[in-house]
Amino acid sequence: MSAGNSRSLYQSDEFATRLQRRYAAERRFRMIGIAAIGMATLMLVVLLGSIISKGYTAFLQTEMRVEVTFDPTDVQERNYAAILRRGLYAQFPDATDRASRRALNDLLSSGAPFALEDMVRQDPSLVGTTRTVWVLADDTVDQFMKGAISRDTPESQRPLTDAKIAAIDALSASGALSTGFNTTLFTSGDSREPEQAGIWGAIAGSAMTLIVTMLLSVPIGVAAAIYLEEFAPKNRWTMLIEVNINNLAAVPSIIYGLLGLAVLLGFFGMPRSAPLVGGVVLALMTLPVIIITSRVALKSVPPSIREAALGIGASPLQSVTHHVLPLAMPGILTGTIIGMARALGETAPLLMIGMVAFIVDVPQGFTDSATVLPVQIFMWADSPERAFSERTSGAIMVLLGFLILMNGLAVFLRKKFERRW
Amino acid sequence: MTVQTQFQTGAQAAALRQSGASVKMVAKDVKVFYGAKQALKGIDLEIQENRVMALIGPSGCGKSTFLRCLNRMNDTIENCRVEGLIALDGEDVYGRQIDAVQLRARVGMVFQKPNPFPKSIYDNISYGPRIHGIASHRDEMDEIVQKSLERAGLWNEVKDRLREPGTGLSGGQQQRLCIARAVAVSPEVILMDEPCSALDPIATAHIEELIDELRENYTIVIVTHNMQQAARVSQKTAFFHLGEMVECDDTEEIFTNPRDERTQGYITGRYG
Repeated sequence: MSAGNSRSLYQSDEFATRLQRRYAAERRFRMIGIAAIGMATLMLVVLLGSIISKGYTAFLQTEMRVEVTFDPTDVQERNYAAILRRGLYAQFPDATDRASRRALNDLLSSGAPFALEDMVRQDPSLVGTTRTVWVLADDTVDQFMKGAISRDTPESQRPLTDAKIAAIDALSASGALSTGFNTTLFTSGDSREPEQAGIWGAIAGSAMTLIVTMLLSVPIGVAAAIYLEEFAPKNRWTMLIEVNINNLAAVPSIIYGLLGLAVLLGFFGMPRSAPLVGGVVLALMTLPVIIITSRVALKSVPPSIREAALGIGASPLQSVTHHVLPLAMPGILTGTIIGMARALGETAPLLMIGMVAFIVDVPQGFTDSATVLPVQIFMWADSPERAFSERTSGAIMVLLGFLILMNGLAVFLRKKFERRW
Repeated sequence: MTVQTQFQTGAQAAALRQSGASVKMVAKDVKVFYGAKQALKGIDLEIQENRVMALIGPSGCGKSTFLRCLNRMNDTIENCRVEGLIALDGEDVYGRQIDAVQLRARVGMVFQKPNPFPKSIYDNISYGPRIHGIASHRDEMDEIVQKSLERAGLWNEVKDRLREPGTGLSGGQQQRLCIARAVAVSPEVILMDEPCSALDPIATAHIEELIDELRENYTIVIVTHNMQQAARVSQKTAFFHLGEMVECDDTEEIFTNPRDERTQGYITGRYG
């Protein structure tokens, strides 16, 4: 074809329309892309919006001011409930009958007397004195103050009677009720009473479990990846191992829980509900992920670097530890942290090894009974009280916060160790 | 030891004495297989001390494969099998007396693409001496670094920025850095696998000059696609074709009076 012919080909009307069609196709593709991103963003906003709008009140808690006299006899008998009651009744001189006094009693958290007991234990000189103390209000009072219980609802359908609401109004008018930051949520373990329930036990359990997971899965995973990628001969056996590792990464996590139940608890007799067992199970689950991502990171190091090191007489191990591994480090770290984040959010395998139990105490060691954040969320989501449903959302926000923190750390480390030259 | 005596008998030894050089490396009936595929079909070659030997030939003829046999870089390739005998100073490099790591310190290599470590210029040079324990303290190391960079003709260009990344240099400088890195471990032989193929003509001229200077202290084997380059830098040239060594002679002889018609066809540009 001559030059003149080809010029006329590209100048023809047919070519122009074809060109227009090509541009139109490109515009369509971009629109679809933007729509997809918009859709994903919208879903994320709806999800986060619903969690945050439901859960932010979990970080607030109503407390009640009571003037109490630490009567020596009551302290002796550890009858702190009586001390508290007297202080409360003093504010309502009219309430003399049994029913109205019981209604007043219900406004206080059942844990409030223990708070007084703790105060006396810390400072015995309080005995015999009169003090103004702030104690936890009952969760129904808390919910009413936060507006979750409406006074327009018929009396039979709300957890607070008219008499109680009247008492709350009186207390709040005199400034005896105040809503502040909920420190209990971050300092105590689980409880049947929502106002006393916290996630500190679950956070401690999660931290211990993750420490075990990390100590087991990172060294084993990285070492396995280095051996398989750099040293292992490529034969039928290593192929088989590779296929199996890839398959393990896709195994449903609850299967690992069953394995832990059968082998760790059943055969080795390890303690139930312990972070140690949870950590081992999650390490098994995370190992394939770490091996796969580490191998990809090692593979992405150009072979010329290995040749350069070998070419001046470095041993294969030296070429790996001095040159290949440092270059693969950002990728390995990212994979590890993503794996850890996945382990932090895992629930199913831990249900199988008993970490789903109701545990009030904060775990002190790796063999204590404990639960973890996602399981705590799972258990709270089961509770009917309005106060627990808000705490569920609050705990989800804390968990999301940790996950964002870990992913942010992964990005930061990758940027920090990345060789830009 | 048997190898040396074997090769220093008769006409070959006489020719060697005539040229005034002793044999540094010897290859005898070297066959290389990648799995079932045979890449080299029995190569016989001698490499003389303080000479530059150029390996030329069309792509895929096995010259790089042969070069990588000389310092056992082929060990790292899966399914690669080497038969025959390669000797350095009369010792079989695939034998028990010589370890691959030790061999690669004695027979250094410069690769086709400049591959400095992503570290400082200083660390690039000092890495080899450090792992081999050549320098016992800092001053000694500084001296090795300076001497190596001087040998590679790079010292004046980088002496003020030794702490800067080696990967920040230009392509030609990077390749000279790689040569300096190879020189730093004091090898006896330096293998160069198309060292100028990624460089512009000026950088190439620089490296060629350098090769000529290095010849005084080292034995050099260079693979090249550029026949003018082979003619300029080498004293001996071997022509490879389809896994065979067709002809090996003085460079001048090969380029002016080739004996084999395949050699003639290649150097006159009929194929390749």
